[in-house]
Amino acid sequence: MKLYGYKRENGAVGIRNHIAIIPASVCALEVSKRVADNVEGAIYLENQHGCCQIGPDLDLTAEVLVNLGKNPNVGAALIIGLGCEGVNTAKVAAEIATTGKQVEYLIIQENGGTMQTQARGVTIAREMATRLSQMQRSEISLSDIFMAVECGGSDTTSGLSANPAVGYASDKVVDGGGISMVSETTEFIGAEHVLAKRAVNEEVGARIIKFVKDCEAKANSMGVDLRTGQPTPGNIQGGLTTIEEKSLGCTYKGGSRPIQGMLNYADMPDKKGLWLMDTPGQDIESITGMVAGGAQVIVFTTGRGTPTGSPLAPVIKVCGNSDNFRKMQDNIDINAGTIIDGEKTIAQVGEEIFREICEVVNGKYTKAESLKHREFGIYKMISTF
Amino acid sequence: MLKFAVVAHENDNVATAVKELLQGESVRLDIGGKEHSVTLHENVAFGHKFAIALIPRDGKVIKYGEVIGHATQDIPIGHYAHVHNIVSDRGRGDLEVKEQ
Repeated sequence: MKLYGYKRENGAVGIRNHIAIIPASVCALEVSKRVADNVEGAIYLENQHGCCQIGPDLDLTAEVLVNLGKNPNVGAALIIGLGCEGVNTAKVAAEIATTGKQVEYLIIQENGGTMQTQARGVTIAREMATRLSQMQRSEISLSDIFMAVECGGSDTTSGLSANPAVGYASDKVVDGGGISMVSETTEFIGAEHVLAKRAVNEEVGARIIKFVKDCEAKANSMGVDLRTGQPTPGNIQGGLTTIEEKSLGCTYKGGSRPIQGMLNYADMPDKKGLWLMDTPGQDIESITGMVAGGAQVIVFTTGRGTPTGSPLAPVIKVCGNSDNFRKMQDNIDINAGTIIDGEKTIAQVGEEIFREICEVVNGKYTKAESLKHREFGIYKMISTF
Repeated sequence: MLKFAVVAHENDNVATAVKELLQGESVRLDIGGKEHSVTLHENVAFGHKFAIALIPRDGKVIKYGEVIGHATQDIPIGHYAHVHNIVSDRGRGDLEVKEQ
């Protein structure tokens, strides 16, 4: 299948052409939402932070907002700040603008407040919409694809069918010269030795082990059994007994190719291939981090079913069993339960997923996308002050 | 072939039910290409696990060929294996508190 995308000024390739309305802080969220609600193709990011954060935590929020603006699925961006928050609105805009895409910003305190900022924002975004609507897709190759994999609402079927099938598709993207990314450090606990063996060198292997040990130490510092929250109550009800079991099943979704490196939250890979990213196991924060890292499309496996989407990247849902595929038919795109039913092989469903990725790259809406599921959350290192 | 339970790796000592399985049922299993049969001592719900070899108390529970935790009591063949008789070896902040 031929692939088509939007070629950006800096050589990056988008598979969507969104206008991102980015609030620098939670104080600018409502105005950002109102601007986006009034302009076709505009999507706001539900940023709950950006103020009263300190040190590396504030820096991380700013970096996430910048990198989301840089995501190639964004054709143009409008940053809206209140004016007195910790995240610097003008700086966020300037950094996104280094990609060559159109970026504008507005400060609410300098524009007369809610209604006048909204009016100016709508004017700017409407002009962006007209321009982006005239852009055409052009032919791209598999090496331009950056997919990220996620799992949520897992049960024991996730690791037996959905994850290995997605792993098959991930290997195809990597073999075609593209990028695939796996995250959720919590869900590497108990499987880190398996992942470290696949690292391109010893240094990367040691880094994987260190990230996982640090994550486990942070959880242990709470003085409780991790099983109070991971596996989740739903995971346990679905048959998952320990974090090790969940993790080992999770790793299958990253296929079998060598691991190039393990990135910090929201950082971008500097070469092609399979990557890991340090994120929490919470799906929304994990996806937000990988989209900030540049992912264009998310493939999301589940056993119990989940509706989650993302504002900037289409999310393809793959369910591990036929029962829950039927029970959650509003939200699931592909049934990998056919593997457990004995009707299809992992490779056959893997091909089905790969074909779906190609169609979604070319513009097909996923269920999460059609239903406007745009869940958003930025990982925080420490509490707000 | 319609599967009733899956053994992910030939070294595993648990199998995962992929349909609702009932006490007394004899379940056929494919373990590394060889056919085995286990009679269930109790009901095992869809997605849940049962022992396919005796797992002694404090013994390792193996799935995907890797350790997923240890048994808190003997888990005989055909018995349901889950959070009531398996604990995790990882993320045990509760044990670190006890050590202090």
